[in-house]
Amino acid sequence: MTDDIHSASQTNMIGKLALRWGLYILLCLFALYYLMPLFVMVTTSLKSLDEIRTGSLVALPRDVTFAAWGTAWSSACTGIQCEGLRPYFWNSVMLAVPAVLISTLIGAINGYVIAKWRFKGANLIFSLMLFGCFIPFQVVLLPMARMLGLMGMAGSITGLIFVHVVYGIGFTTLFFRNYYVTIPTELVKAAKVDGAGFFRILWEIFLPLSLPIIVVTIIWQFTQIWNDFLFGVSFSQAGTQPVTVALNNIVNSTTGVKEYNVDMASAIIAALPTLVVYVVAGKYFIRGLTAGSVKG
Amino acid sequence: MAPILEIKNLYKNYGSLNILKDVNVSIGSGDFLVLVGPSGCGKSTLLNCIAGLEPISGGSIEIGGQDMTHVSPKDRNIAMVFQSYALYPTMTVAKNITFGMKVRGVEKAKQDIKLAEVARQLQIEPLLRRRPAQLSGGQRQRVAMGRALVRDPKLFLFDEPLSNLDAKLRVEMRTEIKKLHQNLGASMVYVTHDQIEAMTLATKIVVMKGGVVQQIGTPAEIYSKPANLFVADFMGSPAMNLIPAKAKKNGSGYNVIIERAGGEPLVLHEKRTKKLPANVVVGLRPEDIGDAQYRKGRDLHVSSCQVDVVEPAGADTFVLMSLGGKEVTARLHAETAATPGTDMEFAFDMKKLSYFDADTGARLELG
Repeated sequence: MTDDIHSASQTNMIGKLALRWGLYILLCLFALYYLMPLFVMVTTSLKSLDEIRTGSLVALPRDVTFAAWGTAWSSACTGIQCEGLRPYFWNSVMLAVPAVLISTLIGAINGYVIAKWRFKGANLIFSLMLFGCFIPFQVVLLPMARMLGLMGMAGSITGLIFVHVVYGIGFTTLFFRNYYVTIPTELVKAAKVDGAGFFRILWEIFLPLSLPIIVVTIIWQFTQIWNDFLFGVSFSQAGTQPVTVALNNIVNSTTGVKEYNVDMASAIIAALPTLVVYVVAGKYFIRGLTAGSVKG
Repeated sequence: MAPILEIKNLYKNYGSLNILKDVNVSIGSGDFLVLVGPSGCGKSTLLNCIAGLEPISGGSIEIGGQDMTHVSPKDRNIAMVFQSYALYPTMTVAKNITFGMKVRGVEKAKQDIKLAEVARQLQIEPLLRRRPAQLSGGQRQRVAMGRALVRDPKLFLFDEPLSNLDAKLRVEMRTEIKKLHQNLGASMVYVTHDQIEAMTLATKIVVMKGGVVQQIGTPAEIYSKPANLFVADFMGSPAMNLIPAKAKKNGSGYNVIIERAGGEPLVLHEKRTKKLPANVVVGLRPEDIGDAQYRKGRDLHVSSCQVDVVEPAGADTFVLMSLGGKEVTARLHAETAATPGTDMEFAFDMKKLSYFDADTGARLELG
């Protein structure tokens, strides 16, 4: 009887172990599958054109060279100009940073009002904003182009910032509103009795509590805005294009030989900032979630 | 002396929903007013109206002799302690306490003096650098009180401040609030659903139900002379016995006849009144029904009743019997000989009987 139980538990153990290992192997396969393209991109960007032509796609580079990176950064041709990604990269920075900050700030104020300063029609307005999150980009292209023209912002970075802020407010409001409804309203009451006004309560009580949601919003908005191609290509002109548009132009405007190494290096450069934001802010995000307990 | 708080004909509606109906309350300096009632009775809303956190739909509120009906909370000269304490989570205890002074632009030196004074009073000096999350429930409670105390307000408002604490701490803090009230001589309005808290703390109680004030009075008045069946049932634990009975004229008084299942009715002779309706509800506190063996004196009606259940509770033993179709509780000595299923002599204290109209539920005044 006891032997039975013993052997049963032993088979059970073996089964569990097998399951665990099977799981790990499967996960490793998936990880490899996802990392493969990155591996190819990085190795290709470090090879010379000759080596690419003669060697295998997955082989490690024989002679590591950063020439392609230099070309991609400062001398690759985007159409008729050959200045590399550099000017466009800075365009993207000048576009993304203010757009992220402004949309996050407006989202915080909106969320704070909708969650804690209830007014007639607050729910309706919130629903409409939520609805705004689901409007496809393509739908607003023409009206937005007309609007930008009327406001004299057509083709400028300011115009692009405006578009991204407008488009982002729906999401940022949603994030902050959902975060602030979990904060006890008694905090607002206590602050009112203490004599604090609308903005003072926001600045001194709510924003200091909001680190986790601020980080979430920044990650989300930065990724959206930095990676955006459609608005970038539609509402910019020669000098104001963001990096995504420039990347497309580099890859598409080859004369003669296709420089795979430069293309790969350009793609990595264009993708790097979002990666950095995830790595840097992601840590704060998790820290914020575990440490920023609002209870009590 | 002018009342510290005077509420006249206050109404509060949410759309077509009446939350508070014609509330009139007035307290003098040094009073401890407790608003008590079941949840949803409007007591917290009334407190928020006093604080100015909820606009009112009609009537007026005066604090310290000044009309405050439309004045914003910060200018009402009040301080408030909330149920969830509502401490600012990112600020230290010291900053929590001084936040109000900082907002009002009080000098830093003066802030520090006040802070030290309050911290000493509440014995929270070692906690000043901590954040609310690092405090226990009782400590948070003290900090919340400290935040109110530094204000030196005309009126303190408490919104169920003890309901988040465990039973033992609640009793301790209750005593501390009472001491604080005595030492400061401050005027306070306190909301609770706990009738024991109301009885122990108040100098004046307002019992509310469905947005309507049921009775205003001292704890003793509320306890011994409840204004209607609701108050009688709500205040006191165990609750007042409310027994349906018939009243029949008998000489200069009345015979109050209480039916008993399978036995002679219990007949109490009421001499104090010349007028009772035919159908009444008799109200008698458990402690006003005694063991006839120990309880002697005039104005006692002794009668034999069958004991149904015996519940020893340490200091007292509660004995349940059935009268007029209701379960009736008597509070007896711990060493009572009562045994379930047997008959026993009980003494009913005729001086303490209350009568209520069986139809309206209102108290019938004797005389």
